Amino acid sequence: MILNGLSARLALLRRSRTVAMVGASNKTTRPSYFVFSYLRTHRVLEVTPINPALAEIDGIKAFPTLTAYAAERGAPDIVDVFRKPSEAAAVAREAVAVGAKAIWFQYGVIDPEAIRIADEGGLDVVVDRCIKVESARFDGGLSVGGFNSGLVTARRFRPLESEPMGRHAR
Amino acid sequence: MEDRRFGFRTRAVHAGTPPDPATGARAQPLYLSTSFVFDSAEHAAELFSLRTYGNIYSRIGNPTVSAFEERMASLEGGLGGIATASGLAAQLVAILSLAQTGDHFVASANLYGGTVTQFTVTLRRMGIACTLAPGGAPADIAQAIRPETKAVFVETIGNPAGNIADIEALAAVAHRHGVPLIVDNTFASPALCRPIEWGADIVVHSATKYIGGHGTVIGGVLVESGAFPWGAGKHPLLAQPSPGYHDMNFVETFGEYAYLMRARAEVLRDVGACLSPMNAWLMLQGLETLAVRMPVHVENARTVARFLQGRDEVAWVSFAELESSPYRALSAKYLPDGPGSIFTFGLRGGGEAGRAFIEALELWSHLANVGDAKSLVIHPASTTHQQLSEEEMRASGVTPEMVRVSVGLEDAADLLWDLDRALHAAASQTLVTEGKP
Ligand SMILES: Cc1ncc(COP(=O)(O)O)c(C=O)c1O
Repeated sequence: MILNGLSARLALLRRSRTVAMVGASNKTTRPSYFVFSYLRTHRVLEVTPINPALAEIDGIKAFPTLTAYAAERGAPDIVDVFRKPSEAAAVAREAVAVGAKAIWFQYGVIDPEAIRIADEGGLDVVVDRCIKVESARFDGGLSVGGFNSGLVTARRFRPLESEPMGRHAR
Repeated sequence: MEDRRFGFRTRAVHAGTPPDPATGARAQPLYLSTSFVFDSAEHAAELFSLRTYGNIYSRIGNPTVSAFEERMASLEGGLGGIATASGLAAQLVAILSLAQTGDHFVASANLYGGTVTQFTVTLRRMGIACTLAPGGAPADIAQAIRPETKAVFVETIGNPAGNIADIEALAAVAHRHGVPLIVDNTFASPALCRPIEWGADIVVHSATKYIGGHGTVIGGVLVESGAFPWGAGKHPLLAQPSPGYHDMNFVETFGEYAYLMRARAEVLRDVGACLSPMNAWLMLQGLETLAVRMPVHVENARTVARFLQGRDEVAWVSFAELESSPYRALSAKYLPDGPGSIFTFGLRGGGEAGRAFIEALELWSHLANVGDAKSLVIHPASTTHQQLSEEEMRASGVTPEMVRVSVGLEDAADLLWDLDRALHAAASQTLVTEGKP
C-alpha cells in the first residue's frame, strides 16, 4: 500500500525495528551517509548498510545484497532505497522476494515501475521522502532546527522517542 | 495521531510549542542557557558535522528560539525559519546566504529607509551590489536583472509609500531569471498575507512590529519555502564545496533543506546576529494573539483613513483600500482582509503643518516604530528617511508633507478625537505661517 500523510509514516516508523539501507555510502558528505549516521546514532531503528563495495560503515557490518542480509538476519522491516530511479525496480523486486514489510524510496528515487512492483508485492511504500527527515519530524529533531514539523499537539511526549547517544553503546 | 490541516489561529497558538517534554510545562519555557551538554563525544561530533539536530550553543540555536522559528515557518507556510537579532539582521542573513562579493540583486526602490542604506551602503561595501528599481513593478524589476543577479527583494506593503507588491508576477519574473523572490512581509504579517502561497521563496520580517505586537523587543526572522531549485546553476554558494563546512555541497547533502542549513550553520553562525531567547519568548507571546489583533488594527485603520479623507486639512490619504488608491486591486488580491494599519497621508500645509500636527497630538505617540498596540505617528522626511539622498527619498516615495501613522488597538473614537484636535492645531499654525508677509 502506498502510504501518504504524516500519520501513516509515523505508524510505519513505530511498527518497524530494522532498516536495510540499499546504497549506503561511507563518504561522509553523501546524503546516504547522513541518513545512515542519524539512524545509527539515534537508535530508533536498527540500520544495516547494503553495499557490495563495503565491508562495514562505522562498525556496522554491511551486506552485499538484500538477499544476503535476509539469509542472516531475516526479512527487514524497511528497505530504504538510495539508488538511481533506473535501479529502483530491481531493488523493489529483491525486497518483495526477501519478504520485506515496507520499502522507502528516498528523495528523487521516483520510478512508477518500482512503486508498482512493491505495492503489488504487498509492501507498504513511501515515495520521495527522507527517512531521516521523517524520523526527525516525530522525534523533535526538525523542531530543534527551526524547521516546520507540521505537528500540532497538546500531548507531552514526542510521537517517536530516540535514545540519547552514548548511554547505550551498541 | 490523525492527519489534520490545522487553521491559522490554532497554529498561531500551538505550532512549535508542544508541552515541554522534559517538564510537561504547557507554556514554552524560556531556556536562558548559552550552551547545552552533549550526551557523548560521538553525539558532539554528530552535532558539529550537522548529521544530527540538536542544541549546541545559543548563537546557532536555542530551544525557545527554535519554537518561535517553527511557529513562524508554520504561519508563513515555509519549510523552516531562522530568527535573528532584528529585521535588518534577517535581511542580511537572507542575502548573505545566497550572494557573495561580485554578486548583485535587484530591489524595489520603495523600501524602508534602513533597508535602502543596508543595501546601498553596507552590502555594497561588502561587494554585493544592489539596483533599486523605481516603481518596483514586475517590468521595472525585470529590466534591472543582470547575469550576476542572485535575488529579487520587495516589501509586501512598501514603507512608507504603501505600494503593494504584485507578488505572483514578481515571483514569475524572478523565477524566469533563475533567482528567488525575497519578500519583506513586515507590514502585512502572515495573518494578512502569506507571500510563499503566491510563489515567493523567502519571507523576512521585522518581528519588532506586529509579530511582537506590543513595541517591546527588537527581532527578526526569515522563512524559506524549500521549493526553490538552489542547485539549478545560479547559486554556486549553495551548490559548490563550502570551505566553511569541510567542503560540503549543501544542495547535494541537504536537498530542499540546503538554504536553511547553510543560512544557520554558516551565515548566522559567522555573522552572530542571533535572537535572544528572551526576545523569542516575547515574540511567541505576541504571535498567540496575532490573528485576533490584526483585524482590530485593520478596522481602526479603515476608520482613521476614512476620517482623514473627509478632512479639508488633508491633501491625500494613501491607504490601499480607498477608491483613490492605485493599489486597490493589488490590495484586494493579496490583502483581502485589509492592508494592515500603517499608511501615510499628506497635509495641505506641507512640512510645516506636518510638524505642528504631530506636536499637537496627545494620544498618538511620536516615535520611529510601527506595528505596536499603541497608535504611532512620524514625519518620515525628517526622521526615518532623512539619511537618503533627495533622489532616493523621492524614489522610496517620501514627500515633505507626508505623515505616517501606525494605527493601534485603542478605541477608534479616541483616536479620531485626538486627530481632530491636531488637525485644527495644524491648520491654525498654517494660517499663521501663511499670514506672514
Ligand atoms: C518594512 C521594514 N523592514 C525592516 C525593518 C527593519 O527592522 P528592525 O528594526 O527590526 O531591524 C523595518 C523597521 O522599521 C521595516 O519597517
